[in-house]
Amino acid sequence: MSDQLVTREVDGMPQSEQLLALYRQMINIRYTEEQLARSHQMGLVHGACHTYVGEEAIATGVCAHLRPDDAVFSTHRGHGHALAKGVSPHEVIAELFGRATGCSQGRGGSMHLFKPEVGMMGTSGIVGPCILQATGAGYSFKLLKTDQVGVAFFGDGAVNNGAFHEGLNLASIWKLPTLFVCENNLYATEVPFAYSAGNPNVGNRGPAYGMESVTVDGNDVLAVYDAAEEAVQRARGGKGPTLIECRTYRTRAHSEGMRDAGYRTQEEVEEWKERDPIKRYNEWLLENEEAGPETLAAIEAEVRATVADAEEFARNSPWPEPDTVSDHIFSQE
Amino acid sequence: MRELTYVEATVEALDSAMARDPSIFVVGEGIGERGGNFNTTVGLFAKYGPERLCDTPISERGFVGMCAGAAMTGTRPVVDFMFFDFILDAFGELVNQIAKMQYMSSGRLKMPILLRGAIGIGHSAATHHSGSYYPIFAHLPGFRVVVPATPSDAKGLFATALQSEDPVLFLEHKSLLFNRGDVPEGDYAIPFGEARTAREGTDCTLVAIGSMVDKSLTACEKLAEEGISTEVIDPRTIAPLDMETILASVHRTGRLLIVDETFQPCGVGAEIAAQVIDQGFDDLDAPIRRLNGAHVPTPYSPTLEEAITPEAADIEQSIRDLLAE
Repeated sequence: MSDQLVTREVDGMPQSEQLLALYRQMINIRYTEEQLARSHQMGLVHGACHTYVGEEAIATGVCAHLRPDDAVFSTHRGHGHALAKGVSPHEVIAELFGRATGCSQGRGGSMHLFKPEVGMMGTSGIVGPCILQATGAGYSFKLLKTDQVGVAFFGDGAVNNGAFHEGLNLASIWKLPTLFVCENNLYATEVPFAYSAGNPNVGNRGPAYGMESVTVDGNDVLAVYDAAEEAVQRARGGKGPTLIECRTYRTRAHSEGMRDAGYRTQEEVEEWKERDPIKRYNEWLLENEEAGPETLAAIEAEVRATVADAEEFARNSPWPEPDTVSDHIFSQE
Repeated sequence: MRELTYVEATVEALDSAMARDPSIFVVGEGIGERGGNFNTTVGLFAKYGPERLCDTPISERGFVGMCAGAAMTGTRPVVDFMFFDFILDAFGELVNQIAKMQYMSSGRLKMPILLRGAIGIGHSAATHHSGSYYPIFAHLPGFRVVVPATPSDAKGLFATALQSEDPVLFLEHKSLLFNRGDVPEGDYAIPFGEARTAREGTDCTLVAIGSMVDKSLTACEKLAEEGISTEVIDPRTIAPLDMETILASVHRTGRLLIVDETFQPCGVGAEIAAQVIDQGFDDLDAPIRRLNGAHVPTPYSPTLEEAITPEAADIEQSIRDLLAE
């Protein structure tokens, strides 16, 4: 499941191969998350587990344009970003199980997923710093004169934080090759964005920083794909950063095991489930005859088997050795 | 040997490293064409241009967090805070991100970032321009904390900082910046964690940090006229801390005084004292004493400022008190 998509050469719809790769990646994230939710109930996931269920189109549509040497910086809800950037379900699940084979070798868990070898520069338990770090990746790439890009994924909860203001301003004044991808799922934990933002429109905040910005339907993988393509081209071409607001919704609780009531209605949740990005894309592929039901079923079966294998791998993986606990505080010890 | 000021010595180390390593860049307010409020980048803008001598908006959290991301992706940032007090606006980025990044990534990411700033009480700078704060950073796993006392040490330790893959806090006391001293020409590096014995002695050991080193030497010279022989140790780096040199000295003298301008509670002196009690208890002939700046926000008025700062006379009295034990 580490297929990297080839960026299409011309405008218009992605090639059929890419269309299926997008489907495969969304399914990969969904099945992995559902597995993690089950594992959490069984006590195999030891700490917090914030799932990305309902938001898969965003990581998928953006990362489809990224190379392994592009740098992604993520949030506490970051399993999907790690998977879409090329971290295997094996390494993600093993990390949440606290095993030595996890992508952070058991030091991180859900909120600290690292695999710099594929440009996954970390999920984070603190809201906001990813914005600044992606700006810094942009600074590196500009200074080193490469065409790499830095990408920050963050929620609506981050955009009223000082890091958002400072990071976007710095990226703008130096025209850094950075994408700021806001996954606006309407709630910061349980606080409605409409309550916490004087301007509850993220996509129109770009001009305040002299930056291109756009709002897209975050549950439409092709809309995200198109917006990200333009932004990545702008960044690689030295024309500066882009702010992309993706309107979306998480259909599970903020964190597994948390109650999910009192701040939103069941009707609202059901309404968004109707707009589920995978369901919608599945229907789109069939209606437009880009894929037959057998093809999609085969992808689903293949991914399901991979995730089952990943869970078994994680469950049977060794624990980290306690005598390694002080390793890596400094670069040389 | 030719003489340079403390700050000129650091510029020489920075210039030499930047000439060799194109991934080094400096960020800060007024560090471009202006050359830095404390002349920390004089002459470099003309040589290396605006991308490598990058003037920033007043946006400390922003550019520190940005430099964390830069250090993770192949470049080596130098953050010049001007006054070190300004680092506090970026505390979360330092503690939660920069200090922990190597560990959380199981060593696959490095964090080669140098954070420098002027510390210390003096010149009626008042409480927002007088802080030192290094004990806070020494408390946390993940930081190298450097507090040079002389121009030659400043150059050698700055060179080491620019070769380190770890985050380094390089703290320059304002009262030292324009002191002149012998500085070797050419490149040299002083390892972290190696104390310097600034004066040899036999009656007691004095550990002095940063600006307290010169003041301690002044006090010791006066006492030497009376036949009192004091050893002065300058740790040079607080993290790592060279306890071996301190313990060896206490083994010879049996007495220890720690002089530090920063606050006493939970401070560097407390840590040194605890380690000496732990590992050198039988060497002690007297209680360990500490002399610190007063535990108050730094006041403005010269009379108040003087009242909170350890001076040579205070150090001299503390040594006399320790020898009377």
